Amino acid sequence: MSAAVDAAVDTAVKAQFPLLQRSVHGHPIVYLDSAASSQKPAAVLDAMDDYYRTINANVHRGAYEIAAAATERMESARADIARFISAPSANEIVFTKNATESMNLVARSWGGSNLGSADAIVLTEMEHHANIVPWHILAAERGFEIRWIPITDDGCLDLTDLDRLLDGAKLLSVTAMSNVLGTLNPIPRLAAAAHDAGALISVDASQYVPHLPTDVGALGADFMVFTGHKMCGPTGVGVLWARSELLEAMPPFLGGGEMILDVTKEGFKPNEIPHKFEAGTPPIAEIVGLGAAVRYLEGLGMDAVRAHEVSLTGYALRTLTDRHGDDITVHGPSEPAQRGGVLSFVYRDVHPHDISQVLDQSGVCVRAGHHCAKPLMRCLGVSATTRASLYVYNDTSDVDSLAEALDEVGALFGR
Amino acid sequence: MAGLEDLYREIILDHYRNPRNRGELECPPAHRSEGFNPLCGDEVVLTFEMDGDTVTDLRVGGQGCSISQASASMMSSAVIGKSAIEIRGLTRAFKAMMSIYEESIGGDGSEATDEDAATSNGGVLRLGDLEALRGVVKFPVRIKCATLGWNTLASGLDETAGAG
Repeated sequence: MSAAVDAAVDTAVKAQFPLLQRSVHGHPIVYLDSAASSQKPAAVLDAMDDYYRTINANVHRGAYEIAAAATERMESARADIARFISAPSANEIVFTKNATESMNLVARSWGGSNLGSADAIVLTEMEHHANIVPWHILAAERGFEIRWIPITDDGCLDLTDLDRLLDGAKLLSVTAMSNVLGTLNPIPRLAAAAHDAGALISVDASQYVPHLPTDVGALGADFMVFTGHKMCGPTGVGVLWARSELLEAMPPFLGGGEMILDVTKEGFKPNEIPHKFEAGTPPIAEIVGLGAAVRYLEGLGMDAVRAHEVSLTGYALRTLTDRHGDDITVHGPSEPAQRGGVLSFVYRDVHPHDISQVLDQSGVCVRAGHHCAKPLMRCLGVSATTRASLYVYNDTSDVDSLAEALDEVGALFGR
Repeated sequence: MAGLEDLYREIILDHYRNPRNRGELECPPAHRSEGFNPLCGDEVVLTFEMDGDTVTDLRVGGQGCSISQASASMMSSAVIGKSAIEIRGLTRAFKAMMSIYEESIGGDGSEATDEDAATSNGGVLRLGDLEALRGVVKFPVRIKCATLGWNTLASGLDETAGAG
């Protein structure tokens, strides 16, 4: 069983991640928090190191050798990322600081010029705060209505009233995969419904792009945001993809250098896309690192990454249930094919902070808390969950370590 | 290396499993104070009755991790029957114990005040069972859990004093 699961990708993958070779509290590290941030393969670390050691210079406008090389390497990373999500053009890839900034860009720039007091947008109860708070901020200024798609008991979107919710709305902004439940949402169906209602669809793909083959055209997205550090890339770089005609029509987000064609005492003329949205010196090394990350993932093959995670998620659901029975409840869809490798669970009545503290002593890294999704926590009727999340470098031994370490929790807190 | 036994002392687990003074008093006449730890969702709801300057009764409500709930339970046992000035002294002593700088700055009452005098005996603070929480300092992310109840009571007493 274990061998069959692990065979879905090369079992040597873990060896390509330097951090995963270390120990914690005398145990080999068991890293199960990739939904918060992934580890980085040597290929990414080397690409960033090589950039700094050999061609570090500011990009664009530099006539000298290394400035041109830095520009070329950054722009080729943009092309790599466009290819990775099947975007029609690299000019549709806007670099930001993270997915949160990307979503704020959509809210501030598109929302700021399209949403007024008579308008409405639609969110869902399973959104991350990054896809809630920017809209709250804008709604407080503009007075538009925010409607919410509810969730079902098994952690899926309840689409019973979808058409009514979308009626008259200008935007549906929805996560492709829940960072708490692992639920994969039916984005193509949602996109079609939104478009039929005359609305655009913005997709938070922060948990999707790192784990599944992504084609923005097949998804039917108008906007899509994701972040580098959850997909084997560095922190400090995120992406907004949008259809070029939308980007062309949107006003700039941040003002400064690089985002202009001309500046006078009277005003400015914005640059072409995507540079119109990239004010100031970009995170060049991080963009180079993200380019290396997507090439690394392409080398593994995203179909193989997904197949590995489906197998491992199924193994994890079976192993945790077999070993801990009624002591454990895993939130979200029970069928691995309908979810990603994000396992939020409740273990007896032990508080998630205590669970994660005890697991840490065995080198098992999981996250405890509200996972930046407090409206969802209220729907689930809990204040916090413990979340173990899987990625391509995890294997059945990691799942076994989690299941075994939970015995320690039971021993300490058993009544 | 700090071990789990430093954090989850038996007396702490006992207060977590069998919380003392659990519940809620009717307000008024009781006073109410709520505290939240927004990072982890811990919540402590204190209701307490005063007779003059003395806390005559106190109940602990809310929910959260073992450290936050056990600490609030232990606090309730320590403060009932004490005056506000004594409680402020205990709070200072407890928070000094919870300071990760404690050893380097000598936070054991070296800056003695009238409040400290009320709870000290020859310069030695009498934290009693509360000493069991000393190990939390070795787990810095949990310090806020341990101090939540004390901070909630301190702000409740401040409001009571402010209300006259």
